[in-house]
Amino acid sequence: MPNMRDLKRRIRSVQNTQHITRAMKMVAAAKLRRAQSQVTAARPYAAKLQEVMQRLIVAVDPESQPLAASREVKKVGYVVITGDRGLAGGYNANIIRLVEEKLRSEDRPSGLVCVGRKGREYFKRRQVEMVKTFSDIGDIPEYVQARELARQLIDLFLQGTFDEVNLAYTRFRSAISQEPQIDQLLPIKSSGESDESGEYIYEPSPAEVLQSLLPRYCEIRVYQALLEAKASEHGARMTAMDNATKNAAEMIDKFTLSFNRARQAAITREISEIVAGADALK
Amino acid sequence: MASLSLEIITPERLLLKAEVSSVKAPGSIGYLGVLPGHAPLITPLKAGVVTYKDGGSEKKVAVSGGFLEAGATRVIILADTAEKAEEIDVERARKALERAENRLSERAPDLDVARAEAALKRAEARLKAAGAKH
Repeated sequence: MPNMRDLKRRIRSVQNTQHITRAMKMVAAAKLRRAQSQVTAARPYAAKLQEVMQRLIVAVDPESQPLAASREVKKVGYVVITGDRGLAGGYNANIIRLVEEKLRSEDRPSGLVCVGRKGREYFKRRQVEMVKTFSDIGDIPEYVQARELARQLIDLFLQGTFDEVNLAYTRFRSAISQEPQIDQLLPIKSSGESDESGEYIYEPSPAEVLQSLLPRYCEIRVYQALLEAKASEHGARMTAMDNATKNAAEMIDKFTLSFNRARQAAITREISEIVAGADALK
Repeated sequence: MASLSLEIITPERLLLKAEVSSVKAPGSIGYLGVLPGHAPLITPLKAGVVTYKDGGSEKKVAVSGGFLEAGATRVIILADTAEKAEEIDVERARKALERAENRLSERAPDLDVARAEAALKRAEARLKAAGAKH
């Protein structure tokens, strides 16, 4: 029979844990809402930029643009976007696993750019070349951070450190479902055909407009990836903490039950001792 | 009277959506004005002041580069950053201007000239939009 004092202590300890997980869940929920509204706020800009680019790519040969021209791939870069902190369920592990698998099946030499402390810590112990690392993105990524990151990636690409750059991040589907995925960032691929072309005047020229547009397109892609990853992180943390809170409640119920049982057993024992004592006096 | 629907969009938010009668923007090869009925046009923007007429009054927005897409009935500005005149922190812009000027005049060997110049232009655009002297 478990000791009553121990049980009481355990109940209290689990209750304390539950307070913490519940608080973390609420904080994550609030941050998730903000991150989600940022994701939505970035959409009109991204959609418009994409539309203009689609139209321009038809008018200008993309191969003439350094950022869009594909070349022989000597080295592939993977940008791994993870969180700075743990306690987010499988969030960090999932994206790291995906990248790990990708690196294993990759027969071309590759290098990593780690965004977020968790990914950096993991890959530091592996046999992979780490070209650059970033951390302290914060809870809500700012566009300035995305621009800085995008510029450095563009530099790495233009200087020839990488001949292809891929973004590995977690796509946000819903608070309970996030999906790690890898997208190509550079060289920029034009996808799909434009339905309306040729009716616009480009000043000074289509090529020049495209030239100032492509870096911005990279920036917004990086920004969106950061936002999606952050929303996923908050979502994953919220779900994980919700589960932890529920598990704690379950444990408390179980311990309370055994505590009551132990108490009842003690009372029964005491009564039977008294009765036995009284009987002995007869 | 015919009007233009003006949208100013930054990556972080939709700054402005309004019906206006004319727009003036800092195109990469000089300021350009857009009136209703403009031919379809796309041009990059420099750091500068976007001015639009909304009813009788003239309003200003500082932008730090981006794109402008004009059509017969609408103008869309995709700005890297944009601030309405009334939102601008004049004191901060003035300090940023000073910093940029100092950096440019000192010419430290590791100075990123393009970046310092861009910062200078941005600060100037902000002050101009806010209507402050510098």
